[in-house]
Amino acid sequence: MKQTIQAVDNGVNVEALLGARQALTDTPEAAQFKWRATCSWVRGTHSRSTVQSFFGLGSEQSHNTEFKYDADHPAIFASEDKGATPVEYVLVGLASCLTAGIAAVAQNRKIQLRSVKATLEAGMDLQGILGIDSEVRNGFSGIKVVYDIDADATKEEIASLVAQSQRRSAVFDIVTNPTNVSVEVR
Amino acid sequence: MNRTDVIVIGAGHSGLAMSARLAAHSVEHVVFERGEVANSWRHERWDSLRLLTPNWQSRLPGYRFDGPPDGFMTMPEVIQFIDRYAAFVGAPVRTGVNVTSVRQDGDGFRVMTQGGEWRCRAVVMASGAHGIPNVPALAASLPASVKTLTARDYKHPGQIDDAGVLIVGASATGLQLADELRASGREVTLAVGEHIRMPRVYRGRDIQWWLYVAGILDQRFDAVEDLVRARRVPSPQLIGTPERATLDLNALTDRGVQVVGRLVGIDGRRLQFSGTLRNECAMADLKLGRMLDNFDALADASSVGDMLGTPQRYAATRIDESPRLAIDLARERIGTVIWATGFRPDFSFLQLPAFDHKGRLRHHGGIVDVPGLYVLGLNFMRRRKSSFIHGAEDDVRDLGAHLAAWLEDSSNVVPLRARHARRAANSRG
Repeated sequence: MKQTIQAVDNGVNVEALLGARQALTDTPEAAQFKWRATCSWVRGTHSRSTVQSFFGLGSEQSHNTEFKYDADHPAIFASEDKGATPVEYVLVGLASCLTAGIAAVAQNRKIQLRSVKATLEAGMDLQGILGIDSEVRNGFSGIKVVYDIDADATKEEIASLVAQSQRRSAVFDIVTNPTNVSVEVR
Repeated sequence: MNRTDVIVIGAGHSGLAMSARLAAHSVEHVVFERGEVANSWRHERWDSLRLLTPNWQSRLPGYRFDGPPDGFMTMPEVIQFIDRYAAFVGAPVRTGVNVTSVRQDGDGFRVMTQGGEWRCRAVVMASGAHGIPNVPALAASLPASVKTLTARDYKHPGQIDDAGVLIVGASATGLQLADELRASGREVTLAVGEHIRMPRVYRGRDIQWWLYVAGILDQRFDAVEDLVRARRVPSPQLIGTPERATLDLNALTDRGVQVVGRLVGIDGRRLQFSGTLRNECAMADLKLGRMLDNFDALADASSVGDMLGTPQRYAATRIDESPRLAIDLARERIGTVIWATGFRPDFSFLQLPAFDHKGRLRHHGGIVDVPGLYVLGLNFMRRRKSSFIHGAEDDVRDLGAHLAAWLEDSSNVVPLRARHARRAANSRG
């Protein structure tokens, strides 16, 4: 019987990523990126953000289309629930960053993925943002991410994929380490 | 002006081993040592330190340590070992000679020392990988009331106030200092980033034996996929004790050391730690598991497998459900911060275009990008073992041969005999 060996394909162009890594090692200035978003207040707690342009590889870049994101709060906050809450967008950012990383690392390690599903839950004590208790922080008290992954790999190899993805994740770094933020009015 | 063919900087094990190779190649040379032979072992290590390699491994070309094979040398033993090796090879060492600059001078180098100016054709830098302690930039933000010291300044617990201690860095040094200071009764917090976990003994054999038989110690610099990364890998969490004990984060947690994430911010008296601790520990545990899987497979495939103990796996690193992200120095009575954050070599005397955009020495397995300039003893320089005492042998053999061939290459320079004749003529003139 003829056997065919299926090439691992997670839809990630690892050669291009490795090529970019080498190119940016040689020209560190091209590695300087700027990510942007705009946000306009609509009404109440509803706002609409857009994402399109960014800067990188030494010049202005653009997504193919402008992406729009409605953010609001649910009815129990006396809001109109026109979109996800801002903190849920943080979870979306974290989950999508880790998941993209898993796909890239799997491709690089020649592991075929069949399905990857993350379930996230973040705890928050509202006594913080409501100013009830000054000891309680505004943000999450913790984030729990659970992955269900079906892949041609051992349990340890899958755990290692997930661990390596965290080490190389931008959003994981942003949420686990301090970042200077300046907010101005013009 | 003094002249010689080769100047070796540093009379530690590497410099002395290179001196022996140069002598074997009949290359005229001199070894400059800023202090005494084995200077950094005498003055820049803590009192209780023992080598992380067992005695059977502690050897130099043609010379070995005469001690129990599974023991670990104390610092006085290391100093005596290197001292005796210097006498054994009869190295032309000049102690108390600090090299202040090395510059290009025609087809050779001009080397300035406090004791005068030298001209030579080649220079070997054997001053070690531990010249300057790495202290993160955020150290400058610590309140002045907190005492700070580096692992190089630390000698014994008596130096440290009775108040709490924060140790930053969880490689061999950080873990050993945490253990010693905790045993002395102090409250110890350990900030942990990326680390390499290893048991001291696996299946009855020292971990260094496994690394050796698996070929890991002999891996060459030109055979690894990502050399920059390989050179940056932290040193494994090991300790050398007569009991051959394993020292890991679980052992320290059991003894009452508080484990927190990497130190990432200082805001007045408040220290911030990374939320990545859980993943750093998971990665170290997974990496350890893969390493032991490889060792077991190696044992299965070999005839010595039956002579080894039974395979074993270690408990996952235990981390609190919510490790601390911030500590108030005053509230926790932390009076001292110790930087166990590694070292980098000191090439500040080098006035040559030998550095990359990040200030790292540009070299290919110890052959610096300036013809005639060589370096020894750096992390994974030619082989994974390059920074170990026993790693010197293969490196000085390779580099000694390269250097001797370079000197002999008449297309580079005036041939040796002609030069001697010219020198003789000059001195007569």
